[in-house]
Amino acid sequence: MIEVENLRKSFGDVKAVQGVSFTADDGKITGLLGPNGAGKSTTLRALYTVLKPDSGTAKIDGINVVEDSVAARSRIGTLPHGAGLYPHLTARENIAYYAKLYDMPADKIDGCVQTVIDQLDINDFADRKTKGFSQGQRTKVSLARSLVHGPQNIILDEPSNGLDVMATRSLRELIRQLKRDGKCVLFSSHVMQEVAALCDEIVIIAAGQVALHDTTEGIRKATGCEDLEEAFVRAIQMVEPE
Amino acid sequence: MKTIRTVFMKEVIENFRDRRTLISALLMGPLFGPILFAFVINLSVKQSLDNAEEALDLPVIGAENAPNLMRYLESRNINITDGPESRQAAIDAVSVGEQDVVVVIPEDFGEDFSNMVSATVEVITDQANTQAERQTRRAAGALQAYSQEIAAMRLTIRGVSPTIMRPLNIDEVDVSTPSGRSAILLGMLSYFFIFALLTGGMNLAIDATAGERERGSLEPLLCLPVKRDHLIFGKIFAACLFMAISLSLSLTCFHFTLKFMPLQELGMTPNFGPLVVLLAFLLLVPFALVGASLMTLVASFTKSFKEAQTWVSVVLLAPTMPILIVSILMVRPSTELMFIPSLSQHLLLVGLIKNEPLNLLHVAVSVIGTLVIGGLLTWICARLYRREGLLG
Repeated sequence: MIEVENLRKSFGDVKAVQGVSFTADDGKITGLLGPNGAGKSTTLRALYTVLKPDSGTAKIDGINVVEDSVAARSRIGTLPHGAGLYPHLTARENIAYYAKLYDMPADKIDGCVQTVIDQLDINDFADRKTKGFSQGQRTKVSLARSLVHGPQNIILDEPSNGLDVMATRSLRELIRQLKRDGKCVLFSSHVMQEVAALCDEIVIIAAGQVALHDTTEGIRKATGCEDLEEAFVRAIQMVEPE
Repeated sequence: MKTIRTVFMKEVIENFRDRRTLISALLMGPLFGPILFAFVINLSVKQSLDNAEEALDLPVIGAENAPNLMRYLESRNINITDGPESRQAAIDAVSVGEQDVVVVIPEDFGEDFSNMVSATVEVITDQANTQAERQTRRAAGALQAYSQEIAAMRLTIRGVSPTIMRPLNIDEVDVSTPSGRSAILLGMLSYFFIFALLTGGMNLAIDATAGERERGSLEPLLCLPVKRDHLIFGKIFAACLFMAISLSLSLTCFHFTLKFMPLQELGMTPNFGPLVVLLAFLLLVPFALVGASLMTLVASFTKSFKEAQTWVSVVLLAPTMPILIVSILMVRPSTELMFIPSLSQHLLLVGLIKNEPLNLLHVAVSVIGTLVIGGLLTWICARLYRREGLLG
């Protein structure tokens, strides 16, 4: 479970996040939706402890990300925006490297690596060096290495960026599978349709604030728009920049 | 510890597969020094041998005025050639560099000589022309020797001992050993070794920081439940390993190539046996920590691989500064100097090649001082890695 309360973060004069609060439950897919520059990535980066919030708290399974960042990180699997691989290592070695850094027992690493390789269906290129991989292949390997330790919470920053239809579909199926396994999935996107197709709950962020937090139906009602895109635009306009 | 080892192993494996790292660590660094050195040595040996043995062609104006002197010069391996037409022409030829040196014997030379008045001989030369220096010295030396011989002869005829002309007998005693003489030239070696060491780890140091950030693999790495300090330590140690490999290859390379260099002909017997190679490695290898952490530090500030390369190349030059200054000032090794990394390694290595006994205090100060400075730089790198701005 991921809990965010009144999170604030500024970079100099730019107030990227101005008091964001929401909760993402286990066994649910929560979508963080917002236009470019709304503060989605900054919120997620604070969650996976790369950025330190100016104020407010964020907890992963009840662990404060600032006070005990290593313990919080061990409970999440992360796919940061534009995550890169090591070009001279094979896909399998890339995944195994992370498994070792997650401090998994040495005798279990090979088995767990093979499990995620099967799960993500990347056996075809698992033993090739990742140099020259396509965007879809890279995303799958990045995702595999962040799931290798079986984290309870999964944070994905714009995972479908640059993926073709087939790759997007298999990504969605994977996210649904994670939900069925009782995981807490939080992902960000700027595409309303994608979020609507997948999420149980949607958090719409604009200008660093939460505009709406509801189910797809709830958002339709709150904005009074049947069309999702229209509803998204309406929700964004509800936020007055500070 | 486990994290450090995991990162270390991964960096080592990855970089052994990276052609760029391999070329710089295993080829460029180790080979550059020996090849350049062999070239310089062979050139200088050739030149000095040529100059000493070759007959000197000496243009003389008015050779007919002093036939005895000419015969004397020819006995000293100097070929007398016809000089320019006039004294003025000779001055012009020397000043434009057409001739290095011209000797002028005036018409009244014979008369002065037989009257036992000091007979003038002019040596026309250009002091600013360093190339001509050797020839001039040889010509003037031969004339001086002739003058002394005649003086001694004249004194003997008058029943005076020629030693009266030499109230002092100046005898220079040269205490430099053949190994010692070679140290001046071989002092260059320490820079080659430090250069090889640094190039060995350069690509890895850049790749592990700026390269990782540029590829976007840094952010997911920082999301892992590990301490950032441990990540950076693993990377720095991996760079140290490549530096040590490059250094040992470079030393071994020199051990073998020095045998093929005509150093004996320069009066040098460099002390570079297997034991010296081993000792040199042990003396130099602590510098790897300074080099690796310094390069990582510099690369941490840069935005891209290219930018990092530019700045890290500057680091390659940094260790030359103390060596250069000390070589010019001819400073003797002292305990205080042993605190300066690169300089202390240079001084100890020169001593080693000169076959001087190792000063254990100096060795201890050098090793500990260098490691402390390297540790300090590593600590600063770890501090930098804790910054948020690291992601750029």
